[in-house]
Amino acid sequence: MCETCGCPEAKNPTFGHAHHHPGTATITVGEDVLSKNNLYAEKNRALISSRGIFSINIISSPGSGKTTLLEALGHHFGQDMTVIEGDVQTTRDAERIIRSGSRAYQIQTNGACHLDAHAVGHAMDDLDLTGCRLLVIENVGNLVCPAGYDLGEHEKMAILSLPEGDDKVLKYPALFSRIQGLIINKIDLRDYLDFDMEKAINECRSLNRQFDVFKLSAKTHEGVSKLTDYLEQRMDSLKAS
Amino acid sequence: MHELPVINSILSVVLKHAEANQVQKVVTIYLQVGAMSDLEDTWMQQYFDHLSKGGVAEGAKLVIERMPVVMRCNSCGHSFEINIKDGTKPVCPSCSGEKHSLVSGREYIIKNMEVL
Repeated sequence: MCETCGCPEAKNPTFGHAHHHPGTATITVGEDVLSKNNLYAEKNRALISSRGIFSINIISSPGSGKTTLLEALGHHFGQDMTVIEGDVQTTRDAERIIRSGSRAYQIQTNGACHLDAHAVGHAMDDLDLTGCRLLVIENVGNLVCPAGYDLGEHEKMAILSLPEGDDKVLKYPALFSRIQGLIINKIDLRDYLDFDMEKAINECRSLNRQFDVFKLSAKTHEGVSKLTDYLEQRMDSLKAS
Repeated sequence: MHELPVINSILSVVLKHAEANQVQKVVTIYLQVGAMSDLEDTWMQQYFDHLSKGGVAEGAKLVIERMPVVMRCNSCGHSFEINIKDGTKPVCPSCSGEKHSLVSGREYIIKNMEVL
């Protein structure tokens, strides 16, 4: 008997074999199920690029300091920055960003563990992007699922904070293999924790050869200017092209 | 939980093709899933069973073929498979280049389906 489907016809029950049941037909499909998301993502990217807006998708664990970092960026960029916030529940994060001086739009995913390009596209439709130069998408706090969904951003950045431990990179290769920026946050705690920054960076290089590193403390603002300089440069080069 | 949106997308593609072909029942769905996917076969089937209830795809079995991670060397263009789990730096076997682009390994392709 076939172990896969339980039918009595299969003589060689190996997993993944192709066989035909009597009376059935085979339909060729050949579709990638993420293709729909990718179409929406390309549409989003074309829209923001045509308006000269540089966009990043920030992915990290809950509590790594995403919103605190965005508050620091809000003080620097003010109304030049718009943030799309993804959270399972509450509008707390968007309220914090608005208080820091930037514009923010909250997407409540109602249980879903990541944002997708379709939801981000609707948020862009609702937003007034006049005068916006930098669009930051703050994904749902999670190192697994958000990695698989292109939202139409120009770059993905991951935040890894010192209390999480320096072993997280190889545990979540799907994310760290596709980032353009690695932000190491909470460096103000470096004297109290055993986090080996060079180890984390080297492990990330084993998966990914092209990313920039930003060591900073969103709380004390140490190192934040290197990130704001980088973003300014990327915003200018997009505008110029 | 992260299986849910992927399985929902798989189901909607399957139902679209089932309707277009006036299918009475979907028996087996053959999938090709990239090795970089975190989704487990058992959970994919359980979510599929739950979501497909009451439709033509109810009871269909998922047959999942894991596809290797393939990189293309940026220097010489050679394509090669890598093992992402061993944690070593991928090096091009042809020219020892260290910069590559991903060719495949993240896909969720519905190859074909067996129907009544």
